[in-house]
Amino acid sequence: MVEIIVLLGVFVVAVVVGYLLISRIPQMLHTPLMSMTNAISAVTILGALLLFSHRPTGVQVALGLCAVVLAAFNLIGGFAITERMLRFFKKS
Amino acid sequence: MGDSSSILFDVAIILVLVGGISLFLSPKTARSGNLVAAFALTLAIVVVFVRNDLGYIGAIVAVLFVGGVIGLAIALRISMTQIPAMVAFQHGAGGLAALLVAFLEVWRGSALGIPAVQETAGLLGLVIGGATLTGSLVAAGKLSGVLDGRPKQVRGHTAYLMTLLALSAAACVWAGLASGGAVILALSVASVFALVAGIMLAVRIGGADMPVLISVLNATAGFAAAFCGVILGSTLLVACGATVAASGSVLTLVMCRAMNRSVSNVILGSGFRSKSRKAVVTAAAGAAAATAEPPLELLPEAESADPCVRSAAALVAAERVVIIPGYGMAQAQAQFQVVELAKELQRLGKEVKFAVHPVAGRMPGHMHVLLAEANVPYDQLIEIDRINPEFPATDVALVVGACDVVNPAALEQEDCPISGMPILRADQAKQAVVCNFDEKPGYSGVDNTLYERDHTIMLPGDAKETVDRLLAAVRGMNEEAPAA
Repeated sequence: MVEIIVLLGVFVVAVVVGYLLISRIPQMLHTPLMSMTNAISAVTILGALLLFSHRPTGVQVALGLCAVVLAAFNLIGGFAITERMLRFFKKS
Repeated sequence: MGDSSSILFDVAIILVLVGGISLFLSPKTARSGNLVAAFALTLAIVVVFVRNDLGYIGAIVAVLFVGGVIGLAIALRISMTQIPAMVAFQHGAGGLAALLVAFLEVWRGSALGIPAVQETAGLLGLVIGGATLTGSLVAAGKLSGVLDGRPKQVRGHTAYLMTLLALSAAACVWAGLASGGAVILALSVASVFALVAGIMLAVRIGGADMPVLISVLNATAGFAAAFCGVILGSTLLVACGATVAASGSVLTLVMCRAMNRSVSNVILGSGFRSKSRKAVVTAAAGAAAATAEPPLELLPEAESADPCVRSAAALVAAERVVIIPGYGMAQAQAQFQVVELAKELQRLGKEVKFAVHPVAGRMPGHMHVLLAEANVPYDQLIEIDRINPEFPATDVALVVGACDVVNPAALEQEDCPISGMPILRADQAKQAVVCNFDEKPGYSGVDNTLYERDHTIMLPGDAKETVDRLLAAVRGMNEEAPAA
């Protein structure tokens, strides 16, 4: 139970800190910000990977691998496209 | 949650990620921020491999590689105009990943008898992930032009949506109470209802509201990941998911504020139809009327019958020019022509700035990326609050493919759909030149009163061709009268 309370605390703190921080990010960076946070949300890949430490059944393996492929797509694709966009931002 | 060293590791990764996001506070450091975040997540993945005895390693590495290569290939090839569609699609991929992880964890957890709070979180992750998947696919379809971009609505749309969500919730309760094979059935039923709900949510949003939809999906993908984190007992997942959810929510609010509409009005209402719009209609209307002074020194061409020549003459005579790009410019792919015109004007010694309205593109900040790609330095991209006070001292406001965001009706009319929406004050410039496709109203359906002003020159037609003609006319005039 302590574990769950800690997790909910982390959730609340992250929402508040994230909100305060991201409100200050300039509008011109909102698109790269969204594509980067999208890549960060692919952190679910950790959950999919951990499944393979629990002796999964055949169906679970198949579903788990699907989750891994999708998250990897998001992770690499998201960071790569953010990098491409940010390279355009130059000072005069 | 594991031992204390793994918690410390999670906290360290979270701090590095927050550091990476803070580097987005300035365009100078944003690139490093992205790399820092990518590094932190890569490290987190490597550590999972090192610390756990994972089965099927070969298969895992293979699919990691396949997913990564496909992501990279698309990321490197996609055009900047298609970025919103790509990002929407990725929200969908994130939603599906969360749905699958939640599905698997509730399935495993119900056999192990995990606490109800964690199971509930997993079920929430499943429903939100499912709705995010289909909502994002619809959004990506609309943004890429595969689907019709207009909002679609059936009678009792909200009632259907709520019913679907209620059915999905009921199936979740069933999954919580059931055991064995029935759990899988219940989870599947809950997923299907969530998937249909996502479609219902996204189809009714369209047109100029797409930036809100894509921001909402950003937030829901984050929430889905965070809820997966609760059932997995992972601090890192919860923190990352919650941060992404906060980010998506901030962007949603920024977009709604820029249209002076509430989130529920965009998501559940049917487009521009809210009533309670407190008037920002202050003295603005009076100020607008007072500014219509004639342009500076008149070139002989200023009296020309050809509006393009008159516009070029105004630009050549001007000292300060503000360019207002809208989504129409991106649609016409005219950004490179517009930037060439801007560079020509700068070469002639004029001060040129770009005024970017928050909802100018198809996702938050999209217009800035399109202009940055066309080589506009970021310090020439000015946000609405900073540029508006400068319009009265601006000689020419050049509108390219923007309509509602420059419509003075937002300030002057009390009961129209865009009343109170913050606009760029092109009407306050000494001269306005409008290169829009036609004179029809924008997405809001409100006639643009800027078009009727005496000091407005209309150049209807394809923005790319119009701006090209304008550029040729400016160059021509300068060869004749090189004194400028």
